[in-house]
Amino acid sequence: MSETIARAHESHEAEASHGHPTYGTFIKVWVALLLLTGALVGLSHLGQTAAVWGLLTLTPIKAALVFYFFMHLKYEGILLKGVILVTLGTLLIFFVLLFSDVAFR
Amino acid sequence: MSSGHGHAAHAHRDDLGDKLGMWLFLVTEIVLFGGLFIAYSYMRSLYPADFHHGGAELNATLGVINTVVLLTSSLTMVLSLAALQLGDLVKAKAFLLGTILLGGCFLVIKSFEWGAKFQHHLYPGSAHMATLPHGQQVFFGLYFTMTGLHGVHVLVGMSVLGWMYTHLAKGKINQDRFVVLENGGLYWHLVDVIWIFLLPLFYLAA
Repeated sequence: MSETIARAHESHEAEASHGHPTYGTFIKVWVALLLLTGALVGLSHLGQTAAVWGLLTLTPIKAALVFYFFMHLKYEGILLKGVILVTLGTLLIFFVLLFSDVAFR
Repeated sequence: MSSGHGHAAHAHRDDLGDKLGMWLFLVTEIVLFGGLFIAYSYMRSLYPADFHHGGAELNATLGVINTVVLLTSSLTMVLSLAALQLGDLVKAKAFLLGTILLGGCFLVIKSFEWGAKFQHHLYPGSAHMATLPHGQQVFFGLYFTMTGLHGVHVLVGMSVLGWMYTHLAKGKINQDRFVVLENGGLYWHLVDVIWIFLLPLFYLAA
């Protein structure tokens, strides 16, 4: 009996973490986004090279946080994740093709 | 408990299908802005010095303040959905209203920023712009195109969320049927993601 209750409690917790994440997670993500923005501003004061490195590293991390938590991709199945990965992969191919063309012009 | 009733209510709906449809639309948005990001990258590689001078003309402080505004609006958006899922309608409405107001705040700040540029005759087609080096003309052309298109998205997002607020108030969007609000949120978050890229491209790293 107690085992059944324990299992029910466990599955309820699993459901809560899958379908209904709590406020705390989102507030933590928001704080992380603000800190990363601060870091980006700080890097931009160190010169052009640091600013561009900040753009290329911190900005995708910020976007990933929004996609993963705020847009719930963490809690979605392979279908929706796949749609996004294919899209971003396609954009990356466009970037690579364009700049390989520019480089050998 | 209420699983039998809940199951019946779920019978003729497809939340995953709704979300997939929304994501496919967002894919077209990502590719739309992605094309502009590629154009920016190419033009910047052609005119690095002009992009640097153009970026120096922009008000980075306003850009950063607007980033904080939009990131916070993304938080209130996701909290509105979380509150609705937890059955707290009052909080869900308050957070949604907060999101819309923060969107308005973003646009007001943006309008001051654009206004200052127009006062300095820095807009496409102005006589002053024609005297600037070609690369700077391209920079400001991209700046107005990309922040303008983003601003339109903020306006559309506010309208969509305003419409959802009325449906939330009427109970058409509720604890059991929230996928519409979730999809509206997805749109709002994508608008936030686009701004996350626009900030360093124009204000910080140019």
